Amino acid sequence: MMKQSNTGSPASATARGGHMESAAELIRRWPVVRQIEGDDKLGLGLAVRSRHSIELKPRISDARVVKSVCPFCAVGCGQRVFVQGGVVTQIEGDPDSPISRGRLCPKGASSRELVNGPLREYAVKYRAPYSRSWREIPLDRAMDMIADRVIKTRAENWEASDEQGRVTNRTMAIGSYGGATLDNEENYLIKKLFTSLGIVQIENQARI
Amino acid sequence: MPSLGTSFGRGGATNFQQDVANSDCIVIMGSNMAECHPVGFQWVMEAKLRGATVIHIDPRFTRTSANASVYVPIRAGSDIAFLGGIVNYICENDKLFRDYVVAYTNAATIISDDFKDTEDLDGLFSGWDAKRHSYDPSSWQYKGMDLHASAGDMEELDPRAGNDRFGGHGGLLTRATPPNRDPTLQHPRCVYQLVKRHYGRYTPEFVETTCGVPKDLFLSVAKTLAENSGRERTSAFCYAVGWTQHSVGVQYIRTAAIIQLLLGNMGRPGGGIMALRGHASIQGSTDVPTLYDILPGYIPMPHAYHHTSLDGFVERESNTTGGWGRMKAYMVSLLKAWWGEKARPDNEFGFQYLPRLTGDHSAYQSALKMLDGSLKGYFLFGQNPAVGSANSKLHRFALANLDWLVVRDLVEIESAAFWSNGPEIKSGEMKTDEIKTEIFWMPAAAHTEKDGSFTNTQRLLQWHHQAVEPRGDARSDLWFMYHLGRIIRAKLARSSDAKDRAILDLTWDYPVVGNTRDPDAEAVLKEINGVDTSGNPLTTFAELKDDGSTACGVWIYCGSYADGVNQTARRKPGTEQTSVAPEWGWAWPANRRLLYNRASADPSGKPWSERKRYVWWDELSRKWTGNDVPDFTADKPPDYVPAEGATGDAALAGDAPFIMQADGRGWLFTPMGLKDGPLPTHYEPDESPVRNPLYAQQANPARQILKHRLNPRNENGNGSARYPFVMTTYRLTEHHTAGGMSRFTGVLSELQPEMFCEVSPELARERGLVNGGWATITSSRGSIEARVLVTDRMTPVRVQGKIVHQVGLPYHWGFQGLSKGDAANDLYGLVLDPNVHIQDDKAATCDIRPGRRPR
Amino acid sequence: MAVVSGPPPYRDATVVQPRPGEKVGFFTDSSICIGCKACEVACKEWNHVPVDGLNFLGSSYDNTGELGANTWRHVAFIEQNRPVAADGTGGMRWLMNSDVCKHCAHAACLEVCPTGALMRTEFGTVVVQPDICNGCGYCVSACPFGVIERRESDGRAFKCTLCYDRLKGHMQPACAQACPTQSIQFGPIDDLRTRARRRLADLQQQGVADARLYGVDETDNEVGGLHAFFLLLDKPEVYGLPTHPVTATRDLPQMWRTAAAAAGMLALGVLAAFVKRR
Repeated sequence: MMKQSNTGSPASATARGGHMESAAELIRRWPVVRQIEGDDKLGLGLAVRSRHSIELKPRISDARVVKSVCPFCAVGCGQRVFVQGGVVTQIEGDPDSPISRGRLCPKGASSRELVNGPLREYAVKYRAPYSRSWREIPLDRAMDMIADRVIKTRAENWEASDEQGRVTNRTMAIGSYGGATLDNEENYLIKKLFTSLGIVQIENQARI
Repeated sequence: MPSLGTSFGRGGATNFQQDVANSDCIVIMGSNMAECHPVGFQWVMEAKLRGATVIHIDPRFTRTSANASVYVPIRAGSDIAFLGGIVNYICENDKLFRDYVVAYTNAATIISDDFKDTEDLDGLFSGWDAKRHSYDPSSWQYKGMDLHASAGDMEELDPRAGNDRFGGHGGLLTRATPPNRDPTLQHPRCVYQLVKRHYGRYTPEFVETTCGVPKDLFLSVAKTLAENSGRERTSAFCYAVGWTQHSVGVQYIRTAAIIQLLLGNMGRPGGGIMALRGHASIQGSTDVPTLYDILPGYIPMPHAYHHTSLDGFVERESNTTGGWGRMKAYMVSLLKAWWGEKARPDNEFGFQYLPRLTGDHSAYQSALKMLDGSLKGYFLFGQNPAVGSANSKLHRFALANLDWLVVRDLVEIESAAFWSNGPEIKSGEMKTDEIKTEIFWMPAAAHTEKDGSFTNTQRLLQWHHQAVEPRGDARSDLWFMYHLGRIIRAKLARSSDAKDRAILDLTWDYPVVGNTRDPDAEAVLKEINGVDTSGNPLTTFAELKDDGSTACGVWIYCGSYADGVNQTARRKPGTEQTSVAPEWGWAWPANRRLLYNRASADPSGKPWSERKRYVWWDELSRKWTGNDVPDFTADKPPDYVPAEGATGDAALAGDAPFIMQADGRGWLFTPMGLKDGPLPTHYEPDESPVRNPLYAQQANPARQILKHRLNPRNENGNGSARYPFVMTTYRLTEHHTAGGMSRFTGVLSELQPEMFCEVSPELARERGLVNGGWATITSSRGSIEARVLVTDRMTPVRVQGKIVHQVGLPYHWGFQGLSKGDAANDLYGLVLDPNVHIQDDKAATCDIRPGRRPR
Repeated sequence: MAVVSGPPPYRDATVVQPRPGEKVGFFTDSSICIGCKACEVACKEWNHVPVDGLNFLGSSYDNTGELGANTWRHVAFIEQNRPVAADGTGGMRWLMNSDVCKHCAHAACLEVCPTGALMRTEFGTVVVQPDICNGCGYCVSACPFGVIERRESDGRAFKCTLCYDRLKGHMQPACAQACPTQSIQFGPIDDLRTRARRRLADLQQQGVADARLYGVDETDNEVGGLHAFFLLLDKPEVYGLPTHPVTATRDLPQMWRTAAAAAGMLALGVLAAFVKRR
C-alpha cells in the first residue's frame, strides 16, 4: 500500500548539519520515494521513519546519574537517580545492587513522582492556636519560635528528681515520634540532642 | 526484636535476603512478602525455581500465597498454637538435629527445681504476681546459678523479668557453662524435656480445632520442614508484623526460634530467621536509635532506680561472659562522643548528664500524656499517628490537646490536618476554633535531596547520595536538628542553670556546606563510627576502650567509616562478587552478613555437610575462614576450653556459636529477658470470639491494656454477639504504611484508589454485603466505611467446632491526599505486647454491615 | 561458590543484549508474576503516561481495567476457587498476568494506518510515531487485542513502544527492568522463544498440565506470531485474551485480488458494452 507523504515533507525544510538541503535531497527524504527506492516496499518500516524516530534516544542520555537507595520499605533496593537541569527526571533500579539486581516494586518505581510530587509543598506553614487556617512563615522565624518553645516548655516542666527523690534529670512535657524513614545520621542527632535536653519520650515506627 | 535477642544474642534478622535462595524450604508466616517486600521476594522465587518448597501460612490468600507451593489458611491470632504444634511434632517424632541441639543450644541445661510450667498452673508460669501485673523470674533460672539483680526491668521498682531492650542479651550468668547439664537430654528438668512437656498438648488435633487448619495439612507442613532440615538441608522462616503486632507477638517469634534451633537451622546458609522490617531505615532507627528505652547499640537507657552511677550501671548491665562483657568500653566511648572534653574520668564521663527512665515511656504512653495535658510539645518526623497508630481517633484527640506540634514531612499529612479536615471536625466532635494546638508544618527534604545512610532489614548500611538541592524552604532533618541545637545552645549560652550543662557541654560542631549551611552527613557518620584520641576513625569495636581514649557514637556501627572511607557507600557490583557480596555497603556487626555462622560448622570446625558449607576452621592458618566474615573470634580454635574465671569472650568455648549470649548457646528456654514467660504459650488475643482451649488463663497475663475512656475494649471470650467477627489489618503492594508516600501520588493512587474491605462470600451472604458496594465496620472504638471486595481468598475457619469469619482491612487510608478513605486504625484499641509495647493490630473483633457510615 | 548444589536458576539474572539488527520482544511468564504492578508504574514514569483515573472497579485487585492510551502494561487478576480433586490438584488459585501490546509479526494496526505514523522499527517492534499521527483512529478498530487507543486529552493514538527510545540507548524496557521476579523478560526473540519452550516443558514435567504458551509460534495463530508472547496457566480467554486473534488485514491480499478481479470484470463489462454499442 502506498503511503501518503507525512509531515517530514519538503514544506518543513530546515537546515541540516549546517547546510541547506538541495531539492533532490529533500525529495529523496519523502517517504513515498523512500518506499520506492529502498527495501521497505510495503512502506511499513524504514520508509516511513520520521525525523523524530530517526533522532530518538533515551531522554536521560545527557543526565548526571547519582546512586541512591529506595526510601520505601526495608529491602533497600538500589536506585539510579537521573538529574537534568537541576531536576530529577527519572529514577529506576540499580542493576549493580546484589540485593535488588536493578528491580523495583511499584512504590520504588514511583519514586520520581514522590520527590517531584504534585502535592509536595516547600514553604513553612504555621497554624496559630484556635485558628482556622495556615499562614506561611519564613524558615528562620519558625526555627526561632520552635527553639523558644522547646526552651520554655522544658524549663517550666523540668523534673530534677521524682517523688521518691531519685535523680531523673528530664522533662516529660516534650516528646518526638518518627525516624524509620530518616537517615541514621538524622536519627543520631535527634537522639543526641533531645537526650541532652532531658527528653526521654523519643519513639518511632519500630514501636508500631 | 527481643525474641531474637534473647534466643540468639542480637536483635536483628539473622540472614540476608539473597541467602534465602539457598533454602530448601521457606516458611512465610506473619508476612505477606510478595506484597510487602516484592523485590526481596525474588530470592524466594529463585529458591522455588531450584526446587525449594515455599509454604505461606496466613489468614488471607494473598499474592504471596498465589506464588507459594503450599498455602495454609489460619485463624488470625493463633500462630503460637500452630508453631507449638510443630515443636510437638519435632519432639514426639524425634526429628531434632540432635548433634546441633546438644552442642549449640541450652537444651541440656537443667532448670531450677522451683520452676512450674503453664501445664501445672493452668496457663501461668511460676512467679506471677497479679498485683504487680508481672513475673518474678527467679524460678526460671538455670539450676545452680545465681539470679543476678542486674537482669532487672527498667520499668519496675524491683528486679523483674525482662530487660526492656531490643538487643536483649537476656541477662547475666555467673559462668559461661551452667553447672547442671544432661547431654543425653533425658533429665526431666532439662530444657529439652521441659520444652517437650510444655508443648505436649499441642497435637495436630489441637492445631485443627484452635487454628482452623486441617490436621493433614498441618502435618504435611511439619513433615516438609523436618525433612528439609539437618546436615544436608536447611529451611528458613520469614516473618514481619503479622507476628509482632500481637499482644503476645514477641513469643510468636520465640516459637520460631525454638523450631529453628531444634532443627539446627540457625547460623546456616538458607536457614535462619529473616525478620522482614518495613521501612527504609527502621533497622537503623532501632540501632541508633530513636527509641526511649535504649541508647545507641542497644545499651540500656539508665534507670532512675537501678543506675545511679556509671559504675553501678556497668556492673548491673554487663555480662561477665560473652560479648556484652565489654559494656563499659561501649558506654564510655558513647559518652565521649557526646560530651567530648567535658566527659572525663573524674565526672563519670558525663554519665550524670543523661536523663533517667522510671517506667514505660513508649509512644502510646505519650499519647495518654497528651490527653492528660502533661505532654505539651511534640515533634513528628515522617510519622503520621493520626491515621497510622492503633486507635487513631485517640491520637487525633491527643494531638488536639498539645500546646505545640512540629510536623516535618513531604506533604500535608493527616497528623497536620486533624484540626481542619479530620473526621471529628466533620462530625462536630471537635471544633476547629476550640483546638488550641499551635502547629508548625515544615517541608522536609526527600531522599534524593540529601546525603545519608539507611540500614535495611538485613542490617546493611547503604549510603544514598544527594542528587539535587531541596526546593524552597525544604530542608533535611539533619539540617533541622543541627540548627535547632545550634539555636537552642546560643539562646542558653549564658545560663548558669545546672540542667543546661548537658546541652551546653554537648559536642555539637559539625562542618556545614553550601548556601543553606547543611551539616556534612559524613562527619556525623564518622562520629558514629568512632575515633581515637587523634581523631582517626576506628576499624572495629574491639578497639573501643573504657578509659576515655576512644569516642564512638554507635558501637555496633564501628567499622562503617574505617580508614576514613565511607564503607556504607561501597558499590562493587553484585555481578563482580560472590553471592554474599561483602563489598556492597557495610553490615553490622563488623560486616558479618550471616549471623552466628560458627554454627554452620560442627563442634570440631568442619562444615556439617559440603552442600551447606559456609564458614569453617582452617587448621593450616589456624583461623576461621569461608564465605563470610566469621561471627566468631577469628583465631579461637574449635577445641578451645576457657580457663577458670575467664571473662567476656574468653569465657566462651570454641564450640559456642552464639557469642553475645552469656553461655554462648541458643536459648530454647529463656530464663530471663522476656516479661511473659520463658516459653511461648498459646494465649488468645485480647479480643477473641473463642475461649482458650488449653488453659483457664485466656490471654497473655502480662499484656498491657491502656486504660482510657477513648480506649474501650470489646467484650471477648465466648463470642460476643455485638462484635462476632475477627478483623485483621494488612498492607497492599501499591501503598505504603499510612499512605503519606503513596496516596499523594497519582501513579500509585490509581492502582488502589479506595479503602476497601475483603470478606468471604459466606460472610457477604450472612450480612448482605455486595461486591463493589459499601460496608460499615464497627468496634467499640468507632466505625469506618469501606468499599466491599467479596472474595474466596478470605475463608471462614472452623474453630472449636464453630465457624469464625474474618474481615480483612488494608490500613493505608486517611482523609488527606489524592486517594482518601477512612482509617482502619480507628477501629483498633491499644492492647500491647508487654516486652516491646507493640499494639495488636492483627486480631481483634468487629461487626460489619452493608451501607455507608452514618454521618 | 555454590552453596547449594544442583542446576542453576533456569533464568540467568543477567540480561542478554541484542546484537545490532536482532529482533527483540517480551516473554511474559505469568507463572511467576506476583501481581505487584511495578511494570505499570515503571512504564508510566518513563513514558510520562498520564494517570488513567481513580476508579475502584471491584474486580479483584485490578483497578486499571484494560490496556489503552493511558495504560500500556495492565496486570490482570483472575481468582479461581476450583474443587479439590482426588489427586490433590485444584483449590484456590490466583492467576496474574501483565498484558501488553503484542507487537504482532503481522500487525493490523500497522497495515491500516494511512499516514505512516505506525511503523515497524529496526528492532522488529511496532510503534506509533507521535509526530506523524493525526488521530484518525483506523488502527483502533483494527487491533484484535484492543491495545491501541486514542488519548482523549490529546487526540492521537498511543500504545506501548517497547521503549523504543531506551532500546536505541542500549537500555532495557522500563517494565522488564523493574519486574521483581523477572516475569517480564526482554531480549532477542529467538532466545526468548527457547526460554519459553523450556519453561513450559519444566512446568509440564512438574505436573502443571494447564500451562501453555500464547503467541510464541509463528504459525499458532493468525497474527503471524507475537513479539510479546506469554506463558499462561489457563485458556487465553480466562485472561481476557482472544483465543484466536486474527489480523484484520489478514485477508487483505485476497481482498485486493478479489477487488482487482471485480474491477477487471467491470472494466471488461464496460468495454463489452461499448464494443456492443458500436
